[in-house]
Amino acid sequence: MNRYRDNPEAIRSLVRPDRVHRDLYLDPELFDLEMEHLWRNTWLYVGHDSQVPASGDFYTTLIGREPVLMIRGADERVRVLPNRCSHKGTKLASAVHGKCQGGLIRCPYHGWTYRLDGTLRTVPLKSGYEGTDFEGSPVARGLPEIHSVNYRGFVFARLAATGPDFQEYFGDSLSSIDNLVDRSPEGKLEVAGGVLRYLHDCNWKMYVENLNDAMHPMVAHESSAGTAKKLWDGSAPAAGTPTPMVIEQFVPFVNGYEFFEKMGVRVYANGHSYTGVNFSIHSRYSSVGDYEARMIAAYGEERARRILGEARHNTVYYPNLTIKGAIQAIRVARPLAVDKTLIESWTFRLVGAPDELLARTTTYSRLINAPTSMVGHDDLHCYRSIQEGLASSAAEWVNLQRNYTAAEQSAGPAGTYGATNEAPMRGQFRAWADFMTRAMAGAG
Amino acid sequence: MNETAAVELVYHEARLLDEKRFDEWYELFTDDARYWMPLTRGQPDGETHTSLFYEDKLLLKVRIDRLRHPNAFSQQQPSFCQHVLQQPCLEGGTVGPDVCIVRTPFFYAESQLDRQLILTGVAFHHLVHVEGRLRIRLKKIELLNRDAALPSIQMLL
Repeated sequence: MNRYRDNPEAIRSLVRPDRVHRDLYLDPELFDLEMEHLWRNTWLYVGHDSQVPASGDFYTTLIGREPVLMIRGADERVRVLPNRCSHKGTKLASAVHGKCQGGLIRCPYHGWTYRLDGTLRTVPLKSGYEGTDFEGSPVARGLPEIHSVNYRGFVFARLAATGPDFQEYFGDSLSSIDNLVDRSPEGKLEVAGGVLRYLHDCNWKMYVENLNDAMHPMVAHESSAGTAKKLWDGSAPAAGTPTPMVIEQFVPFVNGYEFFEKMGVRVYANGHSYTGVNFSIHSRYSSVGDYEARMIAAYGEERARRILGEARHNTVYYPNLTIKGAIQAIRVARPLAVDKTLIESWTFRLVGAPDELLARTTTYSRLINAPTSMVGHDDLHCYRSIQEGLASSAAEWVNLQRNYTAAEQSAGPAGTYGATNEAPMRGQFRAWADFMTRAMAGAG
Repeated sequence: MNETAAVELVYHEARLLDEKRFDEWYELFTDDARYWMPLTRGQPDGETHTSLFYEDKLLLKVRIDRLRHPNAFSQQQPSFCQHVLQQPCLEGGTVGPDVCIVRTPFFYAESQLDRQLILTGVAFHHLVHVEGRLRIRLKKIELLNRDAALPSIQMLL
């Protein structure tokens, strides 16, 4: 039974200003519609251009359910192309990362070749198409390029032919990517340190909501971060003993409510937001080698201090990218099914900065985001518990009322607040209802 | 190095994990030990590259204390593990009077109520004599599917 297909009114009625219906997490039909609408109408992170450093280099991934190639052309431009031969649909590349031989993309099935910009170059035994109006067929145009923008190395794509412009969609939230890139004395990042791929048996939205949820760390992570704090404090380290990096990273997770409230959250239109407006759990990490000196040499004292003075916690680029600029790490949400999501954690080398910073981010990723992470285990446990708990008929709705005001109903949740506010989630669902229904017949 | 003692230690170590005798297990490791499960093939180190595990004794202590913490929510329903080891063998050319490397292919299962995860790989134990006792300086676990998308792995391999 189709309850939601071709029924934008029914979809919009699932999102109220201060609550959201459980079907958003449970209903397979809504998941299909998310892939067909939300995952087409929004700008989605695809990959980083350092993954394809030279002409002909490619990276294969999915946008929603659609296989794509991120590929660097002969003109050095990074494009996003469908990873699907225009002939019979064979995936043109299957390695995660690779290089096209001879500057051509060649289909492994019938040997059709494409230039790196996706245009069709050759078809074997082409005489077989004489008199078939092959040139008039869409296949003759090759691989239709997907609309993409390379923002300071971060490649985003929008599957839908029409929709909001990239800058309009992300607005000032792009300042978090700016800060991340500016942390390299050369203004340049390289993907480094490996990718952790953690399967979550929950809906993707629970993960995205959690990234700006400042009310959970002290509860959910008491057993891991609290144990680390207790062990370190109890070891009575001699004065002057440097605090181990893992302790610096764990301990702030069990800071009190006041800390998390005061770090602040900024909410933008279209579902984006970041926590850590004033400071964050990353603010008090020890300085590393001569990094500050290198930054000052590159940017001048004032600008270097301003760049390093930002220590944003998590920025959500709705719906599929979250970044931690202060430690050059990002996570990408890849929905697989209504109750299944892959979370990829990528880390970067700040070009021109000491390698200790790479070690710091790989350590953080391992401690917090790996399938073996004690912190990750308890986060995922909570997401999964929601996935199972929502089957209860005790209530149809998920509550998002914390710090909700009547003014928000008309003006929307954009603004700056104490970070325990649930405004970021309300903003995400407002965007969800909008981008789910924009292209639906009958949508007003 | 006594080969029989080295092999016995590898079997004993797995048994302690399966029986959740974590305090005894912890004592098998030297003070400077590492417990390492790399993320990629040929990974040179655990510093500038992320690993699945790269734990010193402080982190191992956090881990085993957390498993017993009343608010370790993901363990409210506890997990259990079972190692099945192939005969451990000394790696050729590495045997010295006070140090050796033992190679052990294994299967590993982890269960939590209705869920069971099965992993396989090869473990390398770097063993040393410390004050007359054989102890582990490095346990390196090369998981076969280390590049796969993995669910939670909550116990120790």
